[in-house]
Amino acid sequence: MTGPTDTALDIAAAVRAGRRPAVDVVDEHLAAIEARDGEIHAFNLVVADEARQAALAIDRRVAAGEDPGPLAGVPIALKDNLCTAGVPTTCSSRILEGWRPPYDATVVERLADAGAIVIGKTNLDEFAMGSSTENSAFGPTRNPHDTSKVPGGSSGGSAAAVAAGFAALGLGSDTGGSIRQPAALCGVVGMKPTYGRVSRYGLVAFASSLDQIGPFGRTVADAAALYEAIAGHDPRDATSIPEPVPHVSAGLAEGVAGLRVGVVTELCEAEGIQPDVMARVRQAIDALEEAGAKVDEVSVPAVVYGLTAYYLINPAEASSNLARYDGVRFGLRVDAPTTGEMYDRTRTAGFGAEVERRIMLGTYALSAGYYDAFYGKAQRVRTLIIRDLDAAYERFDVLVGPTAPSTAFPFGAKTADPLTMYLNDVCTIPSNLSGHPAVSVPFGTGDDGLPVGVQVMAPALGEATMFRAASAVEAAAPQGKDDT
Amino acid sequence: MSPTATAAASTEWEIVIGLEVHAELATRTKLFCGCPNRFGDEPNSNVCPVCLGLPGSLPVLNEQAVTLAMRLGRALHCEVRRSIFARKNYFYPDMPKNYQISQYDLPINVEGRLELTQSGSTVGIERAHIEEDTGKSTHVGGGGRIHDAGYSLVDYNRAGVPLLEIVSKPDLRSADDARAYVTELRAILLATGASDARMEEGSLRVDANVSIHRPGDPFGTRCEIKNLNSLRSLGRAIEYEARRQIEVVESGETVRQETRHWDEDEGRTGTLRTKEEAEDYRYFPEPDLVPLDPEDEWIARVDAELPVLPAERRTVLADAARVAPTVTAVAIAVERGLDGLALEAIAAGGEPGRVLTHVEHNLAVEGAGALDPGKLAALVSMETAGELTATQAKAVLAEMLASGDDPAAIAKAKGYERMDADELATVVDQVIAANADEWTRFVEGDDKLRGKLTGLFVGQVMKATKGQADGKAVTALLRQRAGA
Repeated sequence: MTGPTDTALDIAAAVRAGRRPAVDVVDEHLAAIEARDGEIHAFNLVVADEARQAALAIDRRVAAGEDPGPLAGVPIALKDNLCTAGVPTTCSSRILEGWRPPYDATVVERLADAGAIVIGKTNLDEFAMGSSTENSAFGPTRNPHDTSKVPGGSSGGSAAAVAAGFAALGLGSDTGGSIRQPAALCGVVGMKPTYGRVSRYGLVAFASSLDQIGPFGRTVADAAALYEAIAGHDPRDATSIPEPVPHVSAGLAEGVAGLRVGVVTELCEAEGIQPDVMARVRQAIDALEEAGAKVDEVSVPAVVYGLTAYYLINPAEASSNLARYDGVRFGLRVDAPTTGEMYDRTRTAGFGAEVERRIMLGTYALSAGYYDAFYGKAQRVRTLIIRDLDAAYERFDVLVGPTAPSTAFPFGAKTADPLTMYLNDVCTIPSNLSGHPAVSVPFGTGDDGLPVGVQVMAPALGEATMFRAASAVEAAAPQGKDDT
Repeated sequence: MSPTATAAASTEWEIVIGLEVHAELATRTKLFCGCPNRFGDEPNSNVCPVCLGLPGSLPVLNEQAVTLAMRLGRALHCEVRRSIFARKNYFYPDMPKNYQISQYDLPINVEGRLELTQSGSTVGIERAHIEEDTGKSTHVGGGGRIHDAGYSLVDYNRAGVPLLEIVSKPDLRSADDARAYVTELRAILLATGASDARMEEGSLRVDANVSIHRPGDPFGTRCEIKNLNSLRSLGRAIEYEARRQIEVVESGETVRQETRHWDEDEGRTGTLRTKEEAEDYRYFPEPDLVPLDPEDEWIARVDAELPVLPAERRTVLADAARVAPTVTAVAIAVERGLDGLALEAIAAGGEPGRVLTHVEHNLAVEGAGALDPGKLAALVSMETAGELTATQAKAVLAEMLASGDDPAAIAKAKGYERMDADELATVVDQVIAANADEWTRFVEGDDKLRGKLTGLFVGQVMKATKGQADGKAVTALLRQRAGA
């Protein structure tokens, strides 16, 4: 790891106490970006001036005796599908060329309220469609642990930025695993909250019923602190849950004695799970048992249909969400004699191959005469998955399994066949379909020396218990090679 | 040829009409954002990220729109049900998201009815659902249509304005029926405050589904006619379309299901698109909004706040005036909101017939509702007592509206005094003498001729008395002198 390795909580404590100027923190991180992001390409845009200005403002507040918030002075990397007022927001797509949102996403406002400092906008698979960040219109991001490997995706830029020490924290969005899978591949903590816990206002929509914004950190405690800063009801998002958010950080150290942990058979035996990854997951499960958890196997039969259902619902919603990129009001426009041709040329020039594929799949799945067979049936499968998971949560407090089938893979390894790429999400998708929270915690390495992630899943609004179990996994993780 | 005549000429044909009425709801703000819902402002001044469909924005449902929708629904005796919003997907430049948020298979209001007083028939209401309006395109150059315009301008002030689409069952059987239905629906929209229902401003828009059949046979293939911007257009378009379909069928062809456009200048409908060209809207549930399930208390509150509806107001007034509710004056009184005035004037002793006459003919002015019912009753009493002629009463009423003074004072100031019967007889005899030829014809003529000549003699008497004579008294004198 190149950059600073301080945790976000350590940074905030030092800044709030006046022991360390926020502007120094920002400068150290900017220096790390300067030194290595040319190689990694975690960022689409680094906002160095704005970050330093924000840091100076924090320092003035500290000097004036004010408390700038729980994340005071902590540099954070934002996935470039989160709207930032006046700052380009590209979704790593040509079609949003030149667009500067006139408003901040709710999470961006909350970060500012917490004293965090946005240091840049990170690379992603175009419109968050992918699992390797190779679908970015601006070129891929490299895995800081091995630059010949992908960082995962779609939030590969944020995961890589946190792994490389470019930022202490990161925000991503998770539609089918887009936070947890890159967290696993980059060896950091990545978490998807309960659907509705974090406002989606200002997150450029991909598949609205699945999208959720969530935190990256190098520790469970950091991720939990960031989750606390961004979670909570927002009247601008009708799907936002109008409930107070429990303080999850307080219980992290409480341990897992008596906690009922279910090991999901179908996820551990899913297609393509590498034995070395599974060995690490078993090791984590054993560690939980040693720490006092009651562990048992559990079958959640419907999850095997998750991938299929997901790849109908996700493109269907995406095809509608992406209809607004038409060249009429913002972003790219390729002129043509008629409106229809203008639409065609703009969208053909602006969208990459994977985006086109999802729009076509989704348009087809929603077509008259096919709706019931595809979209309708996928929604019924979704109901079944929720039912099966609910049944499992009657017997278990949390469920565990692998986050991703493999460690980081080489560039180009899965781009030829979209289906092999889609299989990366097989373990993460069920939580998106059910709307439940889940987190990936680094747990040692695979045979190739690259990070492995263990996934902890919980029922809706079960974040506190989930983080507590994640903390126990983190505590038991083998210490070894910690950077490249 | 009038359509009624056509229908009569080919007696075996019956016209079947169903109407879709779009009414803009009179909310303070738009359906899914806080922008003002206001007509006539500077283009693109009432817009925000939500109603412009900017990336990352989300809709939040306007509670007032739901209340107004339910109010209209309950006024139409609909069942208010749990409903969900859906996306209707199609591309058009004035639709910011390229999908319209509407209600599809689960609308808020279902199974209502509207009674038509004039024909005594009941029109079924299939549904009345909530949806958002689009922006407004202006095509510059060419023929002013999108296909040949040089360029187009779009005003998004109307985008996101709440609409209620009220769909009737195919229960209407003539253009007159259709006009009566829209007139009554408009009255209910106004009475409930759900909409200001101005057809000329486009806040009330009507599409007509028209087919023909022989009674007893199944309905024929229907055509939907768009662009009906007035009651006159509605009637003319239905008549034209029915005639066209009858001609098609009688010439041995079949009517094609299609959407047709009414050309007001040409007085004809033309094909807009055929069934084969119809868009596949790929409806699916709107994931950004939660189901709308108004609790019983909300519905009860809406019911409690419902005003007395026009039909009942007509009945009440008709009963008080001892006339049929179908009498034109009664309908006009209710339409102009003067039924309260009329009722109070009648209660204060005003002769109902004359009260209604004033309301129908002499009170079609701004501020008529503020007239003191007691003074109106007093005016009517002066008429019935023979102290004022109808012409004088009209003049006094105009002055009452302007000054608010008592009718007796105004009559006195104007020098209106009751003519002595002998004085009147003298004038009548003078007029008879001065028109000897006409008098001979009057005496010898039949009723028809007498009727004609009465006007001449009454006019002359009025002239001679400067309008102070009572027309009825003059007619009686003439008949008496003629020995009839």
